[in-house]
Amino acid sequence: MSKKPYGILAEFETPAALLSAAEKVRDAGYSRWDVFTPFPIHGMDRVMGLKNSLVGWVSLMMGAGAFVSVVGLIWFANAFDYPLLVGGKPMFSVPMTFVPAYIMMIMGAAVGALIGMFAFNELPRFHHPLFAGRRFELVSRDRFVLLIGSTDPKFSPTATRQLLESLGGAHIETIED
Amino acid sequence: MAESTVIPEDLKPLAPPAELRRAPVVENNRRLGALTDQLSQFAEGKIPRWWWILFIPAAFCATVLLPVALVYQVSAGVGVWGNNHPVMWGLDIVSFIWWVGVAHAGTLISALLFLTRQHWRTTIGRAAEAMTVFSVMMAGLYPAIHVGRAWFDWFMFPIPNSNGLWPQFRSPLMWDVFAVNTYLVVSMLFWFMGMIPDLAVLRDRATTRPRKFILSLAAMGWTGSARHWHHYEKAYVVLCGLCTLLVFTVSSIVGLDFCTSQLAGWHATIFPLYFVIGAVFCGFGMILVILIPLRKWLRLENVITLSHMDKVAKLALVSGLIIAYIYSMEFFIAWYSNDPYERWVFGHRLFGHTYWFLGWILIGVNVGVTQLLWFKKIRANMKALFVIGLLINLGMFTERFVIVVGSLYQDFLPANWGVYLPTRWDVALYAGSLGAFFMLYLLFIKFLPFIAISEVKGATPQGNPHHPLGGAKGGRS
Repeated sequence: MSKKPYGILAEFETPAALLSAAEKVRDAGYSRWDVFTPFPIHGMDRVMGLKNSLVGWVSLMMGAGAFVSVVGLIWFANAFDYPLLVGGKPMFSVPMTFVPAYIMMIMGAAVGALIGMFAFNELPRFHHPLFAGRRFELVSRDRFVLLIGSTDPKFSPTATRQLLESLGGAHIETIED
Repeated sequence: MAESTVIPEDLKPLAPPAELRRAPVVENNRRLGALTDQLSQFAEGKIPRWWWILFIPAAFCATVLLPVALVYQVSAGVGVWGNNHPVMWGLDIVSFIWWVGVAHAGTLISALLFLTRQHWRTTIGRAAEAMTVFSVMMAGLYPAIHVGRAWFDWFMFPIPNSNGLWPQFRSPLMWDVFAVNTYLVVSMLFWFMGMIPDLAVLRDRATTRPRKFILSLAAMGWTGSARHWHHYEKAYVVLCGLCTLLVFTVSSIVGLDFCTSQLAGWHATIFPLYFVIGAVFCGFGMILVILIPLRKWLRLENVITLSHMDKVAKLALVSGLIIAYIYSMEFFIAWYSNDPYERWVFGHRLFGHTYWFLGWILIGVNVGVTQLLWFKKIRANMKALFVIGLLINLGMFTERFVIVVGSLYQDFLPANWGVYLPTRWDVALYAGSLGAFFMLYLLFIKFLPFIAISEVKGATPQGNPHHPLGGAKGGRS
């Protein structure tokens, strides 16, 4: 039950107001801040300096892994462990493996995309300090919230609050960790 | 109420003329909060009477008729169906292809239209994905029982067993096992992942403790952080790409089941494409049948607008025209091949005995009725669209019957000829699967977010930070 602050929340009415506030927070030199929105805001990735998400790579790796494993499985099953002669064709050839391997590649890549998304987002996480915010439930409705975290080197309980007030943020609230 | 497209005074000279303006994704320009209320209203409110009136018969079919049909069929054997020599594939395979087909339009709407940035898909995407998930479930049921000894189904999977046997991976029937299972898993993942932010919406609105608890678990702790959205959007676009591949793969493989055989009427290279387009066409029919009543009963006319239904109808028309082309190509190739067996089969599709009328229903509906969709008046008339949607489903069911049974009942040797009639158990199983589909769908619309709430809000001008309604000062719209 520490009284250490987690960060300060400020609420904005429109996506444009949030976007411009985010730009100013960034320009003020803050680095550990985040925004919470009911839907992704166009242009926010650039303001926050988010690099290309690595989810695509996780998906690619799992997809490629599934493809290669199924080719291997088919070789093992139909050519090595129990050689199966069908229509006088070779026991193993690459084209015969394509369709099952391709299908399982899609399965692997899809599972990879989901797992990657959860892993990078650290979900599922059923408790979060922000859920204690008095008005945080409105984020999924129509509010656009900016958080400056207490771990930010520039964080100060008073100056940060003043900055958020000067940006036009409403319902400014300090969240405890 | 504001007019449907608000253009501020200083932007008026730049705006396109009215007839070139895009139809808004959501009409009436409601504020985001009011829109959230409207979209989550049904999942939170009291269950209306029409829901029960539909649910009780559907649940009866799903929980009484379907289990009875399954238990009797599995205990007595496949002989309780009408399938027999020479028609070894009957209504079960027809229904299987039909259900896979219904699934495809859902994926096409939710995935392919996302990749082509059609914002109107946000309003019907979730409904279409649910249709996909439930109909793939129904599709998967049929081949699993059709094998006869359903308790040996696990032989189809590459599981090490004491017999030392493995599946034969060269067979398209084997590929089907992989395709249908992958389709089920991937479409469920896609459906679930798309739902996470909306489950968070319902969680944040929940008023009772049990509801809050269950929805909190389902929403996985979603906060709406921009970093989360960043990874989420990437995963979403990747899943859309993969689902689009599936649209073109699963039905192709079902088509390969047919065209790798030697039978006249099946042995045609056009089959994979034919099945994909047929699937999509049939699915658009099903989307019309599902959405037209729901948009009215759920009071979502401003979200699932006439313009969206118009677009679905146009897509149905396009796929219907491709189907018409493929029909004519099939007949042409049968004639052009100069193969007496091919000519015999295709001649008998329209002028043969027993099943000749089905050929005419097929052409009359899939080629004839579809042409009505050229008319704007018809596309704007919801009653007409609903009936056309039903007819498309009937037409496509007939098409699969004509392909499967119409090719099998007269093969190369006249001594092999026979007639197939579905028995009551064939019909009971089909009715049971229809009931199960609609039961699941009704449960879905009642308890889960039926409209992609966050996606719809993101597609409105109020959600666009570069639009005046999103708070932008001046700037471009």
